[in-house]
Amino acid sequence: MSNQQASDDQTTAPAGLWKVSISPHLKSSESVEKIMWTVVACLVPPLILSVFVFGIQTLLITAVSVISCVVVEAVSQKALGRTVTIKDGSAVLTGMLLAFVIPPGVSPLLPILAAVFAIYIGKHLLGGIGYNFFNPALLGRAFLLASFPVAMTSAWLSPIDISGDGYGIFSYFSSSVDAVSTATPLAVLKEHGMAAFIDKFGSGASLYTHFFLGWRPGCIGETSGFLLVLGGLYLIYRGYITWHIPVSLLGTIAVLSWIFGGENYFSGDPLLAVLSGGAVLGAFYMATDYVTSPTTKTSKIVFGMCIGALTVLIRLRGGYPEGICYAILLMNPLSTVLDSWFKPKRFAPPAGGVK
Amino acid sequence: MTSLLTFPIGGVHPPERKTQTQGLAVEVMPVPDELEIFLGQHIGAPCTPTVAKRDAVVEGAVIGEVKKGLGVPLHAPVAGKIKNLAMSAHPIRVTSPSITIEVDKEAEPVQYQWVDWHNMSGPELLGKIHDAGIVGIGGAGFPTHVKLSPPANSPVDTLVLNGAECEPYITADHRQMLENSAEIVEGAKIILKVLNISKCHIGIENNKPDAIREMSQAAQDASGANCTIKIEPLQVKYPQGSEKQLIQAVTGRKVPAMALPSAVGVVVQNVATAKAIYDAVVYGKPLYEKIVTIAGKGIARPANLQVKIGTKISDIVNYLGGLQPGLSKVIMGGPMMGFAISNLDVPVTKTTSAVLFLTEDEIDTRPHSQCIRCGWCLDACPMGLEPKEIGIYVEAKRAEDTAQFGVFDCFECGSCAYVCPAKRPLVQFVRMAKMKAKRA
Repeated sequence: MSNQQASDDQTTAPAGLWKVSISPHLKSSESVEKIMWTVVACLVPPLILSVFVFGIQTLLITAVSVISCVVVEAVSQKALGRTVTIKDGSAVLTGMLLAFVIPPGVSPLLPILAAVFAIYIGKHLLGGIGYNFFNPALLGRAFLLASFPVAMTSAWLSPIDISGDGYGIFSYFSSSVDAVSTATPLAVLKEHGMAAFIDKFGSGASLYTHFFLGWRPGCIGETSGFLLVLGGLYLIYRGYITWHIPVSLLGTIAVLSWIFGGENYFSGDPLLAVLSGGAVLGAFYMATDYVTSPTTKTSKIVFGMCIGALTVLIRLRGGYPEGICYAILLMNPLSTVLDSWFKPKRFAPPAGGVK
Repeated sequence: MTSLLTFPIGGVHPPERKTQTQGLAVEVMPVPDELEIFLGQHIGAPCTPTVAKRDAVVEGAVIGEVKKGLGVPLHAPVAGKIKNLAMSAHPIRVTSPSITIEVDKEAEPVQYQWVDWHNMSGPELLGKIHDAGIVGIGGAGFPTHVKLSPPANSPVDTLVLNGAECEPYITADHRQMLENSAEIVEGAKIILKVLNISKCHIGIENNKPDAIREMSQAAQDASGANCTIKIEPLQVKYPQGSEKQLIQAVTGRKVPAMALPSAVGVVVQNVATAKAIYDAVVYGKPLYEKIVTIAGKGIARPANLQVKIGTKISDIVNYLGGLQPGLSKVIMGGPMMGFAISNLDVPVTKTTSAVLFLTEDEIDTRPHSQCIRCGWCLDACPMGLEPKEIGIYVEAKRAEDTAQFGVFDCFECGSCAYVCPAKRPLVQFVRMAKMKAKRA
């Protein structure tokens, strides 16, 4: 904004120039950077855990993914003649989330390609941050799932068992070579049924404990319900996200899985449904992405419920064992529609009624 | 302690920053050599001068009148000689006609005589309020006699005095509530008589416990058989002092969009306006002085000053020891709704409540970026509007389509822009939208 010198009176005239802008002149200390980096920080504990569960390979995939996203963001912005905003942390966050929804045993080439698709096409060609109507990280995953279906549905690793067979601590450094390929719980459940599932993963309290803590096959960052919920609760405490989407989303998955997920109606396992696949990661970190989720409380709840319902539909009737990625992507563009249906409550309408 | 009253939706908690001046008693600033008085001191048509160049005027003499339409007369704050009738730089309207008075330093200040107002009739009191040039000095500048003559079809039963003072830094009302509590309450009684009602609530934010105490005492002393005056401690939340929010907090009534408070039977006046009404009615003294908070790290000596209307900010700065290094922004009014000025030759008006001298570390100058649709502005908006959509539409050159988001309900409190993590100038977008949008 322009400004000008003060008065003729030399005793009052300041040496510098004053800023002139429209009110308010005070702003809160929050910023886009602060939000993004806080979410990134919340994702660090699940990442560290994944190293213990799947080996050092996960760190490599994540690093490649983050660096690719940042580089692609910078190059895209330069190429499109926009300000380079890699310091705002949003590309780093996309990179983290992209790695988190990739199986740990894939080639590091995959996140590079996904980053190009997610950041360049999914974000910057649509107008940059704020205008991308699909979650970029999930768009990257969907791109990989379509382009590398085999790797994306088979490069699973079994959790490393330190107490087990003699590999001990060295397993961490050899995981990508000697990895024991396996199938995810949802895939086993889908293809072989509950008996095979119990045979492979056990049942009862130890099953829930393992799944809750993250000791199960899955994508890099999706396995530990415990750490993901912990980070999510911190984000709620900070006011960065609200409870509406995670609660309605996970609640819907639990209820619908209980009703339809078993052999008979009302015999499904709601807790297992929530702890499997990417439900918790999706609920707290993907579906709450500001740009691609609605803003009013009611539309957030409807949004979460629709994602939950679509997830269960895909899991039980669709071609893929896990459906939350597509469920979120299907709902993303409807965010603004939901917002236009469920408006915030006005202070008071005009006396003669609206219009 | 009962739970504190507040408005239910939206609101923010900016830093209060009132400690710099809240303990400083009101200090009378010596009259400078020259005053520059805008002819437009209130909402409505500006006054027409009733004096000519080189005329001599006495303190309190009428120097401007509104010939037709909404308005109140303007008075000479001092004895002196009319030096000039011209256009002056105005902080909001760019330029405005003004009268410059060369102060007669020899003249004795006028002594006003106490009169008993209890025998005066309502219309008589209203006439005195008009003649004294009283406008809503909390900020809006609406002629008070008009506000005190509600339309016959919306009977008023409640007076609400606004002592919320929810803007950061400002302590002028706080000091007046401490130092002039009896006069404010007496002013309230005058207003009650004009309106021919008996119920008055005085809302004060709870960060002023001493003012609540003083005012409660004064209200208790003044309340009687024919009137009840009650102090209502309010939660500290911005914009608690906004008219519609205050009415809802205190009475639970909601003023409909596009309507005046009288639609729900309420009249709101600022506590400082009540004091001015007291001075006008009891002493016959016109409104030509103002208590102004001067604060911020950019001024050598912060103060609550009583100044003559027309005192230039440059004179105030000189009186208070000059500016401090690092000054970045000068604001007339509060930091949430006030106007930044680029020139200190701007005079104090009837509606100036503060002049703030803010340094770089007191304000936020980070550049704004694209809307990330976090929706925080929706949660902050006390009117339940969608500031983000208004901003996005204005940027997309579709300002004319923003009435659907309630742009005309917006009173520009700035809560949305305060919370925006992308630092978007949402109030600016709203103003642009208001210029182009079609009223529904």
